[in-house]
Amino acid sequence: MGNFEQKLEKFLEIFIDQNGYVKVLEGLKNTLIIAVLGLIIGILIGTLIATVRVIPKYKVLPRILNGFCSFYVGMFRGTPMVVQLLVFYYVMLPIMGVHMPSVQVAILVFGLNSGAYISEIMRSGILSVDGGQMEAGRAVGLSFGTTMIKIVIPQAVKNILPTLGNEFIALIKETSVVSFIGAADLYVAFNLIGSNSYEFMVPYLVMAVIYIILVLLISLGIKIMERSLRKSDRRN
Amino acid sequence: MIDVINLEKKFGDNNVLNGISIKIEKGDIVCVIGPSGSGKSTFLRCLNCMEDPTGGQIIFNGVDIADQKVDINIHRRNMGMVFQHFNLFNNKTVIENIMLAPIHVQCQDLKKAKKTNRLTKITNIFRKDKKELIPITTNKAEIQEKAKKQAISLLERIGLADKADVYPSTLSGGQKQRVAIVRSLAMNPDVILFDEPTSALDPEMVGEVLDLMKSLAREGMTMIIVTHEMGFAKEVANKVIFIDEGQILESASPDEFFNNPKNPRLKEFLSKVL
Repeated sequence: MGNFEQKLEKFLEIFIDQNGYVKVLEGLKNTLIIAVLGLIIGILIGTLIATVRVIPKYKVLPRILNGFCSFYVGMFRGTPMVVQLLVFYYVMLPIMGVHMPSVQVAILVFGLNSGAYISEIMRSGILSVDGGQMEAGRAVGLSFGTTMIKIVIPQAVKNILPTLGNEFIALIKETSVVSFIGAADLYVAFNLIGSNSYEFMVPYLVMAVIYIILVLLISLGIKIMERSLRKSDRRN
Repeated sequence: MIDVINLEKKFGDNNVLNGISIKIEKGDIVCVIGPSGSGKSTFLRCLNCMEDPTGGQIIFNGVDIADQKVDINIHRRNMGMVFQHFNLFNNKTVIENIMLAPIHVQCQDLKKAKKTNRLTKITNIFRKDKKELIPITTNKAEIQEKAKKQAISLLERIGLADKADVYPSTLSGGQKQRVAIVRSLAMNPDVILFDEPTSALDPEMVGEVLDLMKSLAREGMTMIIVTHEMGFAKEVANKVIFIDEGQILESASPDEFFNNPKNPRLKEFLSKVL
């Protein structure tokens, strides 16, 4: 194990003395920003799509919107995240003539992508809420949208929180592909440390540990949130 | 007040309502009775367009609300509804359940008035004779205050003031249904529709709900009640109608209805349930 100690020393030297931790912190920041903002955009888009898809469909406009949403979900679930990143960064944005930093592109793509997944999660959540809730809201004179926002979606979110947590965890881990478009995330930082010392064992190990800690923290946060949302049930 | 003319409802090829016509005056208490699957619940749900009628008219306060172009939300405010399964908002406390709709509706009206006023102010700059602004006499806090006061007094009326801040999941069935009734009262409706309000309750709790409904009846509230409680219909209603196969087969005063039924189908039905 003497070999390992040597490797560890080398890592610590780069990590601390040569300011490697700055890179790591920056990578961590980017990873979190991409995942968190991606999730927020995803929840907004997902809720919107899910709402559109549960609107009764005997009028023309909901049908058109529904068709568009199906197309959107199909597109984003049908291609890998890496492909979406590459297409956006190297194809779509140049065609539109927009210059965007790679981190922002990553946030956008992660948001659009998770929106597609969350829309299905949210739809199942909305369908899990008793139909009588919507009827009661409509019966006191609230509109479809108001009842959705004030009554149905809060209850739906409570039901899907564990699944939503899953999505967030998946997002955190999937951020490791953003280096494809040159965004500096955790993986890039540790890769850099590794290639400086020609020694990858310890950096990658530390990287894995950081990911695990992140995910554990998130699961803990979700558990706390769930508990506070459960106060309207007897099950607490 | 409500004038139903030749109301029809089809689910696909299935004709549930075949031309129902009835006139309901202010203060009427109409009990709707019929075997299950006869269309009585559908009839009630069509009255506030919970199910969109496929034919006929429902004239409510002079407006045909069966017309798709009418903004039904405005008319539903004047038409309360009580459900078989209570349908209290599970994510709101008891008092929030009652206050939600009044506050939301009034705040929306307030917002709308402010918006129109802003527009009028701008256009007034170019007008010779200035258009008058809508007077705004209230604000959000005041609306909330008023709604809360009203909700508390409603809860006191049903003896549940101490339950104001609990969630509906902790209430008994009878309590839930009484809260649901005062929730619809909070909008000061012209009429309340009851869809089998006691069918999902323990026999023990039926009494408390019926008592509340009776006290509403005494106050002159217009009510349309789908029910299986024959005794209640006899005692409270001033008109009882019998629906089967989507048609009104008999419509009479309770005395006439129960003691001297004319329709053979009704006779058969009453002999089974009484």
